[in-house]
Amino acid sequence: MSDLSTDPSVRQIPDRLQSRSARLLQSWELLLLIVAIAIFIANSFASPYFLNAWNLSDATFNFTEKAMIAFAMALLIVSGEIDLSVASIIALASTAMGAAATAGFGTPALVLVGLVTGLLCGAFNGTLVTRLGLPSIVVTIGTMSLFRGISYIVLGDGAYRSYPADFTYFGQGYVFWVISFEFVLFVLFALVYYVLLHRTNFGRAIFAIGNNPTAAQFSGIRVGRVKFTLFLLTGLMSGVAAICLTSRLGSTRPSIGFGWELEVVTMVVLGGISILGGSGSIPGVVIAAFVMGLVTFGLGLLNVPGIVMSIFIGCMLIGVIALPRLWKMWRS
Amino acid sequence: MQMSVESRQFGAPAAGDEPILALSGITKTFPGVKALSDVSLDLYPGQVTALIGENGAGKSTIVKTLTGIYQPDAGEIRVSGEPVHFATAQDAAAAGITAIHQETVLFDELTVAENIFIGHAPRSRFGLIDWARMRQQARDILTRIDADLEPDMLLRDLGIASKHLVAIARALSAEARVVVMDEPTAALSHKEIEELYDLVERLKSEGRAILFISHKFDEIFRIADRYTVFRDGTHVGSGLMSEVNEADLVRMMVGRDVDQIFPQRQKSPGDEVLQVVGYSHPTEFADIGFTLRRGEILGFYGLVGAGRSEVMQSLVGITRPSKGVVKIDGTIKVIRSPADAVSNGIVYVPEDRGKQGAVIGLPIYQNVTLPSLSQTSRNGFLRLAEEFDLARHYTQRLDLRAAALDQDVGNLSGGNQQKVVIAKWLATKPKVIILDEPTKGIDIGSKAAVHAFMAELAAEGLSVIMVSSEIPEIMGMSDRVIVMREGLIAAELEGDALTPETLVRHAAGIGEKQP
Repeated sequence: MSDLSTDPSVRQIPDRLQSRSARLLQSWELLLLIVAIAIFIANSFASPYFLNAWNLSDATFNFTEKAMIAFAMALLIVSGEIDLSVASIIALASTAMGAAATAGFGTPALVLVGLVTGLLCGAFNGTLVTRLGLPSIVVTIGTMSLFRGISYIVLGDGAYRSYPADFTYFGQGYVFWVISFEFVLFVLFALVYYVLLHRTNFGRAIFAIGNNPTAAQFSGIRVGRVKFTLFLLTGLMSGVAAICLTSRLGSTRPSIGFGWELEVVTMVVLGGISILGGSGSIPGVVIAAFVMGLVTFGLGLLNVPGIVMSIFIGCMLIGVIALPRLWKMWRS
Repeated sequence: MQMSVESRQFGAPAAGDEPILALSGITKTFPGVKALSDVSLDLYPGQVTALIGENGAGKSTIVKTLTGIYQPDAGEIRVSGEPVHFATAQDAAAAGITAIHQETVLFDELTVAENIFIGHAPRSRFGLIDWARMRQQARDILTRIDADLEPDMLLRDLGIASKHLVAIARALSAEARVVVMDEPTAALSHKEIEELYDLVERLKSEGRAILFISHKFDEIFRIADRYTVFRDGTHVGSGLMSEVNEADLVRMMVGRDVDQIFPQRQKSPGDEVLQVVGYSHPTEFADIGFTLRRGEILGFYGLVGAGRSEVMQSLVGITRPSKGVVKIDGTIKVIRSPADAVSNGIVYVPEDRGKQGAVIGLPIYQNVTLPSLSQTSRNGFLRLAEEFDLARHYTQRLDLRAAALDQDVGNLSGGNQQKVVIAKWLATKPKVIILDEPTKGIDIGSKAAVHAFMAELAAEGLSVIMVSSEIPEIMGMSDRVIVMREGLIAAELEGDALTPETLVRHAAGIGEKQP
C-alpha cells in the first residue's frame, strides 16, 4: 500500500494503487487459468487418449459455438441485462436456413439467412427491453418459448437435411492441420470482443451502465441505444453459432441446441462476469470456455454419462462462485 | 445564540458521571485509506454529545463501529465499564445501541407498528407475533413522543419527518440506552426540527445517551452538552459545550480559521449565453423564462418541490419539455438527451450524488472521463494515458483526496465523491454548469472550497446556475436570483431587492403587503 493516502501534503495522485502485474496475480482469471491447467493435467493422467492432437481438436467443438454466444452474452450481462432466448434463436435461425436450403438457395444465401434471423430476433428482444422498459429476463424467457415454438410449428417431428455440400465447411472444415474453422472463428471473436469491451468507448459505456444506469445516462451515455446494440450482437452471435452447429450436424430439428442458454450463462458467470452487472472480463470467459470444454471432454473420455456431466458442471459453477466467499468468511 | 443559553438551563451535565459507552484507541483501515486512527469517544447518560468533523473525518466510520457494522482493527469498546466486542449489528442492538441514520433504514412496505418492533416483536405463548399487543405498545410509544401516527399506517405513505418519528419510536421500543442521530434534521422543516429538539430533551430526561451528528452549528449549540471533534480520522478534542464557542469548534474541525465570508467577486457579466423562453412541462413546471450571461452566477431559490431540479433536468435533456425554446449563444437548440446537452456545452451536477452523479464501482479516472471519452480516445478506441492525464488535471484542481486514480469512487468520502462528479463535468469544458444543491450535506471546509471554486469558474467566463435551498449561500454567491414556487417563476431578484425576507416571501407565496 502507498503512504500517499495518509499524507495530505502530497498532492500528486498516482495512477494506480497496485501495479498491473500485482493486480493480475490476485485476479479471478489467473485462478481460473490454474484450474484449467489442473484439469488438463488430471485429464491426461485419467485417459491415455487425451493427449492426442486430433482428440484435443475434437474437444474444442464442445465449447466453440457456445463461447461465441458467451462473448456477446458477457457484454449483455455486464450491462445488467440477460438474454435467455439464445438457444431458441439458434433453433429459429437453423430452421430458417433449412427452409432456404430446401428451397434451393446456395451457401452464401444460407449464411445471410442465418445471420439476419439472429439479428431480427435480437432486435425483437432489444425493442421490447429498451423501448417498452420491460425486464430482459422476463422478455427473453418469453421469446425463448416463442422462437423455438415457431421451429416446432414449422418442423413438427420432421427435419431439414438437404444442405449443400459446401455448407459443411463451417462446422466440419479445418483451416490448417488440426485447427478447425470454428476454432479460428472462436479465437477471432475472442479478440474482437476483448477489444470491444476493454479497449473502446463503447465497452466503457457498457461498464458504466452496468454499475449505475442513471448516472451513465446523466453523463451523456445513450443507455437505450447501447443496450439495443448488445441485444443485436447477442442475436447475431446466436446466428453465427446456428450456422456452425447446423453445418456440423448437417440437419435441423426443432430441438437443436436445446438448453444451451444455461450453458452459455454458466460459461459467462464462471468466467468471472458478475451476474449483477458492472464487472468482468473477456479473458475470463475465454478461459472458462476451455475449462468447461476440457471437463466435458475429459468426462466423456471416461465414459461418464451426460446427466452426470451436467451435475458435475453445475457443482463446479456453484463451487467456484462460493469458494471466494467461503474463503473470505473463513478469514474473518 | 439566544437559544443556546436557554437550552443549557435544563440540559446541565452532571459532572463525574461514568460514560455508558466508551470507545478508546479505535483504529480502522480500509484498502489505501486510514479511516480512523487511535480515536476515542465517550457518551454519558442523559447527555447529548455532538460529533463534529468535516466530510471524511471519520464520523460515519465511528458510528458504524459502535453499531457493530464495522469491526475496528484496534481499540476497545466498553459498555458501562465492561469491555465488549460487537461482531454484528445485532450484538450492538442487544447492548442497547440504536442508530437513526441520515436516510432512515426502514421498510416501506411494512406498517408503522411492524417497523417499530421488527426484530423484537412481542410474542404470544406459541411463539407467534402477538399482533394486538404489538399494536398497543406501538400506540403507547407513539403517544409518548406525541407522534400523530397510527400503528397500521404503511410506512411508504408517510413523509420523511414522520419516518424519523418512527425511527425514534423504534429506538425507544428497543430500550436503547445509546441513540445515535446522524444528521437527523437534514431533511426536516423548521417546525419538525423544533419537535425533534423536544424529543431529544425527552430522551435525555430518560437518561439515555445521545450521539448527535450535525453540520449545523446553531443546532449543536442549542442541543448538545458535550462535543467531540474528529479531523482526518483522528480525535482532535472533546469537552463541554459551555466551554467553547463556534470559532473554537471550527478551528478544531479544519485545523485553521475558516473565512466564513463568501468570496468577493468582480461582477461583470458578459454576453448572453443561455436564453430560455416559455419553457413548460405537462406536470412539473410552466412558462419558465430566463437568461444567463457569461461569467454570471444565477441562483435558483425555492422550497423543496418548487420544480427547480425538474427545470434543470429538462434543460439537459433528461426529461422532455412540452413546449418552450432554448437558445445557446443566440441560436435555437433542441436538446433531447444528456449527450446533446454535453455537446451543446450545458452540464448538470445532480443533487443525488450516489444515484445520479457518481458511477460507484468504476474507478475515479473512468468516472471523470465518462462524458469526455471522445476527447481522450481515437476513433472510438480508449487511450488510457490520456484518460489518466485528463482525470489528474481536473481532480487535482479540485484538491481531491484519494490514494490513486484507479481507486473505486465508492471508497471515497461524500465530499470527495462530489469533487469527482464536478471534475467529470468540468472536463467536458462546458459553457454552462448547473449545480443542484452543490453543498448539501457537506461540511464547512468543503463548502467554502466549493464556493471559492464556483467564483473562480465564473471569473474564467463559465456561466453557473446554482440551485440551492440555503439562503446564505444564495445571497452570498448569486449575481441574480430566480425564485420558483409551485412550478412557476415567482420572482427575479437582484441588487437591493435581493434580501432574505424577499426570498422567503416569494418562495412561500406570502403577499407583498404583509410584513
